[in-house]
Amino acid sequence: MIARTQQSRSQILAAVRNALDQGSPNKRATSPGKLVVPACAELDASGRQALFIDMAVEAAATIHQIASAEKIPWAVADYLGERKLTGKGVIAPDMSELPYGQAGLDIRCGNGKDSDTFSLTGAFAGIAETGALALLSGPGSPTTLNFLPEAHIVALKADDIVGTYEDVWSRLSALEIAMPRTVNFITGPSRTADIEQTMQFGAHGPRHLHILLIDEHR
Amino acid sequence: MTEVGAYSAESRNGFNARVERALADDQLQHALKRLGSGFVEKRARAVARFPEFERLRDAATSIKNHVLANLADYLEKFESKVTETGGQVHWCVDAEAARNTVLRICREADARLVTKGKSMIAEEIGLNAHLTAHGIEPVETDLGEYIIQLAGETPSHIIAPAVHKSREQVTALFHSAHGTKPRHAPEDLVREAKAVLRRKFLDADVGITGANMLVAETGSAVIVTNEGNGDLTQTLPRVHIVLASIEKIVPTLNDSATILRVLTRSATGQETTVYTTFATGPRRPDDLDGPEAFHVVLLDNGRSALLGGEFHDILRCIRCGACLGHCPIYATIGGHAYGSVYSGPMGAVLTPALWGVENARDLPHASTSCGRCESICPVRIPLPGLMRHWRERSFSRRIDPRRQRAALRLWAWFAARPRIYRVATGLAARTLKLLAGRRGSFTRLPLVGGWTDGRDMPAPEGGTFHRQWHRRLEQ
Repeated sequence: MIARTQQSRSQILAAVRNALDQGSPNKRATSPGKLVVPACAELDASGRQALFIDMAVEAAATIHQIASAEKIPWAVADYLGERKLTGKGVIAPDMSELPYGQAGLDIRCGNGKDSDTFSLTGAFAGIAETGALALLSGPGSPTTLNFLPEAHIVALKADDIVGTYEDVWSRLSALEIAMPRTVNFITGPSRTADIEQTMQFGAHGPRHLHILLIDEHR
Repeated sequence: MTEVGAYSAESRNGFNARVERALADDQLQHALKRLGSGFVEKRARAVARFPEFERLRDAATSIKNHVLANLADYLEKFESKVTETGGQVHWCVDAEAARNTVLRICREADARLVTKGKSMIAEEIGLNAHLTAHGIEPVETDLGEYIIQLAGETPSHIIAPAVHKSREQVTALFHSAHGTKPRHAPEDLVREAKAVLRRKFLDADVGITGANMLVAETGSAVIVTNEGNGDLTQTLPRVHIVLASIEKIVPTLNDSATILRVLTRSATGQETTVYTTFATGPRRPDDLDGPEAFHVVLLDNGRSALLGGEFHDILRCIRCGACLGHCPIYATIGGHAYGSVYSGPMGAVLTPALWGVENARDLPHASTSCGRCESICPVRIPLPGLMRHWRERSFSRRIDPRRQRAALRLWAWFAARPRIYRVATGLAARTLKLLAGRRGSFTRLPLVGGWTDGRDMPAPEGGTFHRQWHRRLEQ
């Protein structure tokens, strides 16, 4: 079987090379062209933040601004109260330092379970261009937290809002870490239009996406 | 000849019969009417608010051209990155090889239950039937795909597979499959499907997704979804299999951003979908979740034979489905009439390439040559021109029906003799006008009964085109 895959490999590569006569230097010189980056890449920090908020809200995310990370537990409790969301919650191991008990939250720390009502995670970046959140998987930020609960609450630092997708990749490469198993760009809550093109939220992923925007310069 | 996958020989020909059935199918016509210009308007709105869009189409086109011109190098680079991150690439020449590779991986994982994200390649190779026949249960998790799996059908649209199904049909399908009481509101139907499929996600041994792109720079597979089903499919089971064809490669993460920008706007008119996910290798040693194994099944299935030839440009296709939504033929007959998983203009070009034009000779004719598809294609594929290439090829290979060939030869004889052509068309125009009389049209004409069955043929009103054109030049 392995031998057959090897044989298929050479067969496909040979077919591709023959078809294109890839030996010719002209073909190899074809450049992928200039990168076209949307104008929002040029925005300053406050412009990026304003655009991010507009785009995320348009995608049906909700946003609450707080002045510091210490306020997260209380902001989470307020949100759950407003939405009348009861039940178990789970936080990303990355975020386990905060005094959740003081805010009256009963939560565990770890990866997502089917029974979780809500999850709380951080984010690697916010993307102004589309209002997307960029989340990286890792021991402190399991991917299941982003998909299994009914509500996904994401804490994002205003300083981590970048202009475009390209900015996320350059920030990631600046970290000089290996590409994580999963990079999620998440824009608003899960939805489907597969039944008569009517929009329904909470298809397979969270029905609610709530962003706690931590803006220390406010 | 290339494998036909899930499709019987019967489905390959008989386009006209399927079209007639589609036109007579009130429920389908109702669904197509409901679809209406929805996709067209959403795309137009998204494009209008994004001034860079036309330049991005050029950029996306040149990225794909560059990839195709260097495809072998990028495939090797992609493979080495996948291997480096702990995954495995499986090269498959045709549909049969791909089906068997997936089956082997499932067996090695002792899999009984397989969840699937939306994958056109899985449809192309007829994967579900193959797994089922070997005792493995495949469950589609994209809501549209799940609906058509319950109905035992194939997708009728690349990005909206159950677009032909009514709410009442979904109610009936869920009622009989789940044994629950009939639910009618879309939100209740979605909730019911979510509960049923959540169990499947948690119990599945293997998750199979497609890929909107494969990134050579990092060995990542990219999926673009709104439901989140693809993410649960590739995160929860022990094994993640990506099914992708060889032309899905992009060189870098930055290139993927360009493709994403044109893909989502062209497909659903969204700035971006809810979830865009880059999966790279299996879970890392300290990760708390994610699959233990990562496989990429790379399918050729006739694509390398298109490289560098007349149909090279169709390999740029990013499967956004915009050409379906903008096609008057698709809007009239729906996707199933094409008889292939790929419908609309891109399907009319790609299907003959996969099956051989002798098995799909009518599809390149499923066009009014209006050019709308080409005008909106995010990677500027000259679709009407490629359909014309197929028509030429099927004429020169004597594949078309004899009467059609005879008619074309007759026309060609006249067309090559301008003077005779002018006299003959002038005579024909006058005769038809005379015969039509006051009514000005024909309800039946010999030889073109197929045309006049559905509508009246208007009679020429004055001189020929040539004559009118000359008059205009003289003025």
